[in-house]
Amino acid sequence: MNIHEFQAKRLFAQYNIPVPDGKAVYSAEEAAQYAKEVTTDVAVVKAQIHAGGRGKAGGVKLAKDKKDIAVYAKELLGKTLVTHQTGPEGRCVRKLLIEEGIAIAKELYLSLLIDRTYSRPVFITSLEGGMEIEEVAEKTPEKVIKEYIDPSVGFQQFNGRNMAFRLGLAPEIIKQFIAMAGNLYRLLTEKGASLIEINPLVITKDNRLIALDAKMSFDDNALYRNEDIKALRDLDEEEELEIEASKHGLNYIKLNGNIGCMVNGAGLAMATMDVIKLAGSEPANFLDVGGGASKETVKQAFQILLADKNVKGVFVNIFGGIVRCERIAGGIIEAAKEVEIKVPLVVRLAGTNAVEGLEMLRESGLNLEVASDMWEGAQKVVKLVMGSV
Amino acid sequence: MSILVNKNTRLMVQGITGKEGSFHASACLEYGTNIVAGVTPGKGGTEFEGVPVFNTVKQAVMATGPNVSLIFVPPPFAADAIMESAEAEIPLIICITEGIPVMDMVNVKRFMEGKKSRLIGPNCPGIITPDECKIGIMPGFIHKKGRIGVISRSGTLTYEAVWQLTKAGLGQSTCIGIGGDPVNGSNFIDLLGMFEKDNDTDAVVMIGEIGGDAEERAAEYIKSDFSKPVVGFIAGITAPPGRRMGHAGAIISGGKGTASEKMAAMEKAGIYVVRNPALIGQTVVEALKR
Repeated sequence: MNIHEFQAKRLFAQYNIPVPDGKAVYSAEEAAQYAKEVTTDVAVVKAQIHAGGRGKAGGVKLAKDKKDIAVYAKELLGKTLVTHQTGPEGRCVRKLLIEEGIAIAKELYLSLLIDRTYSRPVFITSLEGGMEIEEVAEKTPEKVIKEYIDPSVGFQQFNGRNMAFRLGLAPEIIKQFIAMAGNLYRLLTEKGASLIEINPLVITKDNRLIALDAKMSFDDNALYRNEDIKALRDLDEEEELEIEASKHGLNYIKLNGNIGCMVNGAGLAMATMDVIKLAGSEPANFLDVGGGASKETVKQAFQILLADKNVKGVFVNIFGGIVRCERIAGGIIEAAKEVEIKVPLVVRLAGTNAVEGLEMLRESGLNLEVASDMWEGAQKVVKLVMGSV
Repeated sequence: MSILVNKNTRLMVQGITGKEGSFHASACLEYGTNIVAGVTPGKGGTEFEGVPVFNTVKQAVMATGPNVSLIFVPPPFAADAIMESAEAEIPLIICITEGIPVMDMVNVKRFMEGKKSRLIGPNCPGIITPDECKIGIMPGFIHKKGRIGVISRSGTLTYEAVWQLTKAGLGQSTCIGIGGDPVNGSNFIDLLGMFEKDNDTDAVVMIGEIGGDAEERAAEYIKSDFSKPVVGFIAGITAPPGRRMGHAGAIISGGKGTASEKMAAMEKAGIYVVRNPALIGQTVVEALKR
């Protein structure tokens, strides 16, 4: 789960990680109100969306006069921002963070995440603040400093010194840096975060270390431990159909193609998307109905698939293990009674009780085609959809 | 022969009386797996289908001497269950549980450093050596005894590959699901090393997916240290960046971990890369002819 910058900064403040003074606002009026409280000459108005690259997309405005705060707020709210992370459809701006200006002397980069290769938390830091770390790592790997943390004892002062001295920080900054790193580690582990990124981390002209930006992602599997984090979920940032699917325990991700897929298991669901592309079309979604798919889940899955207006055909690809194929077949027959399936439907069943399942589908008189393997199924559905266009 | 598990395996099931545990323990027994003990705290002294149930792993080990543990404990308690078995020096621990917090797994792996146990999973279907022993949730009947090893990050996609092999007349020596989580116990390289030494494995099917760099590292290893043919598939060529595709570990982040990068690395290492997942079986047949 991702959260907004302003939410991450509130968590930072709770953990004594310095952030600029600021306020999240939802309207131009609120922005104008807050402008009166701003004590610095300049302020920054930042669009709050769950995507990076806001600056380049015009989502961050520098207000050199306090009157401009409300002007920029009005301009940004309701605007659709297209960044390299939002996709071409962009993201609507519904919230802003207004912050007091900071006199920056130097920009750094600092992040903390779980390194899956080494199975340890790792700090990544660099003097190249403001740039994307992937780019720095590619072009100048020697400028990227990594510090792995032993989870059995957690962050130690020496971990902080290793980074601070290699960065060549001034003595008055080193202490602040080590304290900040320790607080970040506490935040990550106590709140179940999987990533904390500060880019840029700035040294001010009066020698303070401040997190100018903040990005946090959380481990979905750890959310049950932190109700306060769970409450930070912002449904405005998610696809309506995805929210609906998650209510029914379905793992659904909307994509841009026109062949709807219903599959059991995440790996097979991805592979099914891939064969649809190989067959000459594009998948409309990722959908894993899970290991315990019942009639009810199959029905819900159809409703969600067909609610996507781009869907011109559906491919059901089930490999029965725990899920018995005759239950899936029963689900399809039930669903067809209640949900009108107007688009071509191709079903492939394999594994446990596949023969029985296919027999049921044939006898049902439903308008569908069966396939004996996933390649045949993908080709059939693509052909049917192309033919009907 | 086979790797990791065979007809001499003595299995213990942690969480044997739970909904998942009891269902799958039954299926394993039916397949012929020798389950010597079950563990459910508070249910010690009872029996499950003739298998004695103990309160702790330690008690089960003292009484029955299992050499493999299979874990069906719910996510909040799964890390604890793995560590309990590692502390008792069970040589092989297989964790099926999906949804364990990643930091729990980080701690588990640290705990297991220097200990004698090997972990497979979590979030995996388990291991099967056809006709000898099934330890996990896979449907037994799709497998056939033979000479192809299978290693996979997925569940149903593994069944798909196995089924294609069986239909093509190729049996399997051992099939292992290493799981779809970002931090897991054993990786491709650990198991490839065992298949390399196994005289009864002629070729290996390796099924990866987007996210992380396990496949790239395996490709490096195969290039230098693996002599048998490898057929590989990577799921998720159509997956969008930044989205978690079902498995906690299946995500392209920071532009890294894409399917095309992985396939390129594998091709460079001489692996037979299959682009169409329906052709895995057929490709193994062809690879064996060369």
